[in-house]
Amino acid sequence: MEHGNMNLTLKVWKQKNKDSKGRFETYDAKGISPDMSFLEMFDVVNEQLISSGKEPIAFDHDCREGICGMCSMYINGRPHGPKGGVTTCQLHMRSFKNGDTIVVEPWRSAAFPVIKDLAVDRSSFDRIMSAGGFVSVNTGNAKDANNILIPKDDADTAFDAAACIGCGACVAACKNSSAMLFVSAKVSQLSLLPQGKVEKQDRVLNMVKQMDEEGFGNCTNTGACEAECPKSISLENIARMNREYLGASFTQNKA
Amino acid sequence: MASSSKLNAKIPEGILENKWTKYRSTVHLVNPANKRSLEVIVVGSGLAGSSAAASLAEMGYKVKVFCFQDSPRRAHSIAAQGGVNAAKNYQNDGDSVYRLFYDTIKGGDYRAREANVHRLAEVSGNIIDQCVAQGVPFAREYGGTLSNRSFGGTQVQRTFYAAGQTGQQLLLGAYSALQRQVGMGAVKLLARREMMDVVTIDGKARGIIARDLVTGKLERHFGHAVLLCTGGYGNVFYLSTNAMGCNVTAAWKAHKKGAFFGNPCYTQIHPTCIPVSGDHQSKLTLMSESLRNDGRIWVPKQKDDKRKAKDIPEEERDYYLERRYPAFGNLVPRDVASRAAKERCDAGYGVGTSKMAVYLDFEANMMRYGQIEANKKNLHNPSKEEIRALGKDVVKEKYGNLFDMYKQITDEDPYEMPMRIYPAVHYTMGGLWVDYNLMTTVPGLYALGEANFSDHGANRLGASALMQGLADGYFVIPYTIGDYLSEEIRTKSIPTDNEAFVKAEAEVQARIDKLFAIKGTKSVDNFHKRLGKIMWEKCGMSRDKEGLTWAIAEIQKLKAEFWSDVRVPGTNNELNAELEKAGRVADFIELGELMCVDALNRNESCGGHFREEYQTPEGEALRDDDNFAFVSAWEYKGESNFELHKEELKFENIKLAQRNYA
Repeated sequence: MEHGNMNLTLKVWKQKNKDSKGRFETYDAKGISPDMSFLEMFDVVNEQLISSGKEPIAFDHDCREGICGMCSMYINGRPHGPKGGVTTCQLHMRSFKNGDTIVVEPWRSAAFPVIKDLAVDRSSFDRIMSAGGFVSVNTGNAKDANNILIPKDDADTAFDAAACIGCGACVAACKNSSAMLFVSAKVSQLSLLPQGKVEKQDRVLNMVKQMDEEGFGNCTNTGACEAECPKSISLENIARMNREYLGASFTQNKA
Repeated sequence: MASSSKLNAKIPEGILENKWTKYRSTVHLVNPANKRSLEVIVVGSGLAGSSAAASLAEMGYKVKVFCFQDSPRRAHSIAAQGGVNAAKNYQNDGDSVYRLFYDTIKGGDYRAREANVHRLAEVSGNIIDQCVAQGVPFAREYGGTLSNRSFGGTQVQRTFYAAGQTGQQLLLGAYSALQRQVGMGAVKLLARREMMDVVTIDGKARGIIARDLVTGKLERHFGHAVLLCTGGYGNVFYLSTNAMGCNVTAAWKAHKKGAFFGNPCYTQIHPTCIPVSGDHQSKLTLMSESLRNDGRIWVPKQKDDKRKAKDIPEEERDYYLERRYPAFGNLVPRDVASRAAKERCDAGYGVGTSKMAVYLDFEANMMRYGQIEANKKNLHNPSKEEIRALGKDVVKEKYGNLFDMYKQITDEDPYEMPMRIYPAVHYTMGGLWVDYNLMTTVPGLYALGEANFSDHGANRLGASALMQGLADGYFVIPYTIGDYLSEEIRTKSIPTDNEAFVKAEAEVQARIDKLFAIKGTKSVDNFHKRLGKIMWEKCGMSRDKEGLTWAIAEIQKLKAEFWSDVRVPGTNNELNAELEKAGRVADFIELGELMCVDALNRNESCGGHFREEYQTPEGEALRDDDNFAFVSAWEYKGESNFELHKEELKFENIKLAQRNYA
């Protein structure tokens, strides 16, 4: 079915599973409308592939409104494509020109093995969260919410860090595949709030330890993570985490 | 009217205000040593699933959590925007547990159970306390206290929020509690798994068959109890505000194994969504109800007015909600606001190229906020431009992410021109029928959150979905599950080579094989879109007998065509999105039929269920309390065969009345 009058060439990474070797395949995307999202353009291509008896391209996606963090395409050398501050699902085809060739790859990192085509395994993020990304409070223990007064600026800064959607674009953007922006966003959110301060030392040490064990690289302050983050999570969080980590390493006494 | 003998709602005796307190203090308990040997399966990891799994694991039960996404944090609760209600009365504006209870019953057009709704209102405050303790960064005032905003169907400010990302922050709170238990080994997390069927032994739920979506392998999992926290079924309409993966499969499999389906026709059409732009569209995007707090909805008074919104003078605008409902104005409940928008557009007053949209305008409030800010900053005689700039900053802080999203999708700047919005499918009040304990008609099988039918009647109020999901998970199921599991302490884990598991797995495998074997000519989406069109046109914002009868026949034809002409490419033993969708759409088709059957049976209008034949002279929903004050609970009796059971709704504390928001 014709939707619009853009015609594009796609070079898409195809890989059967994590153990097999991948390669680029070329596809034509015809009749694309500039109002489509990038993923809707993939829907059209997949529909054409299915109707001609070919295998569709596998990719992760769910909410399609930029909040679940599931979509994860590396488009023309940039996570989530050319437009700043948006996820792949919120990128629209009006950001491209008729006749363009678009190269689409999965996130590339040893800690994010490819499952199939453009879908990768990000369970390492869940394990980092399990190592310390929480406040240790069981259900039923809470006192009245307004008993904890939190300065608006602290609450706002914590919220900005908490806006991370866990998509992994920071890792994909980083030449070292570092997960520092992701980890520091959670460390910052909780260490800025009185509820999280109680166990802030254990938290940062445990989360960083898990991050290293997962095989993410080190941070060299290049700043690509911040530039490519669809939620504009700030590098300041990494600075804050480094301070927390240093402080915890020196002062924590576990003898 | 008497309730069906097959339905026992198990509502505790006593006066309404004491039911839950008394129940909690007297319900059977399971001692800590026994909890360690009791296994609970939780399907779905949204607000209800994550909060239930974390709370049950904290108590000592052995828990397994399943989600079809790559991580529990992706569940669609994450996308809820506006807020979560709680009767805290922090604003000193007259709120109370009773008022939240009353607003919810009235908002639901008197089709919800009083005892459940009162319990929901009672625990609402605990939810806020719990979330704050977890480090959820709610919006705050300068004094450090929590901030509130207004939502539809109420005259108090009881909605707690975190910008336009409240669902995200609440879910990440519940997810962090869940991951903590995963790290401690109390919860086993199984992501990228889809529940394919419930396994029952001697009439009780004893486990599930799951499919590993990466390898295609079918797995058998035992549980002493199974909790379905799998969300709603709005995607039966194809286009909705739900995530692409949201589906009814888990609930539908449970239905076919004996769980009755409650009020399937109660669907919420949300009034403020970005209008459809073309037939390529894969989903619709909500603009939070909180925007109606600060925005004004209008259409031109003149039909087919070609002028830009800005060029239409004040006196030529019809603020139709304020005109029709002066007491609640733009804050009428969703069903009322949606129908009013449809009425204006159908009458030819719609705006935009499709003429199927109305304006949501923030100009007046930007100026109002700007003036307040100017006063705060002690600016004397500020210019109009200065005031507007200050007001724009306030609006940006409150709704920035929503405005950005609107601009991203439509390529129009909502700070400079009003948003164009139109109603879209958003939520389903119907779901698996549950008793007061949240147990379905299958012993040991529970449904929580949007997956059950229980608290919202025929129309859910804004910011009440998050409240209900977390209430069910944090504060209801941890108590009510004891009533059942205390009787199960002598049941040892049942090995999954039991014949019931073997048979269930074989049936699942046979269905997958059947889907591949069709080798037809049409894609799964082709069928899904056609189903959606039938449902939207005949079982959407308004319904009638003729249309519903036609829809039932059409859906039956579509089902036959699906099972003879669908094409599922690829193989079973790999990540195969088309196979996943095929299974889900096959279930949606069957559910669609039941929704139409239910809508046809309910010869009245109530909340989101609007039958053209039953309306007041003013065009409002006209209930028939003498004949329809009941929950429709449908029993599956084989293909296209559903038997109705009625649960009488008794209103002992609230007087039934025609809803009035004028």
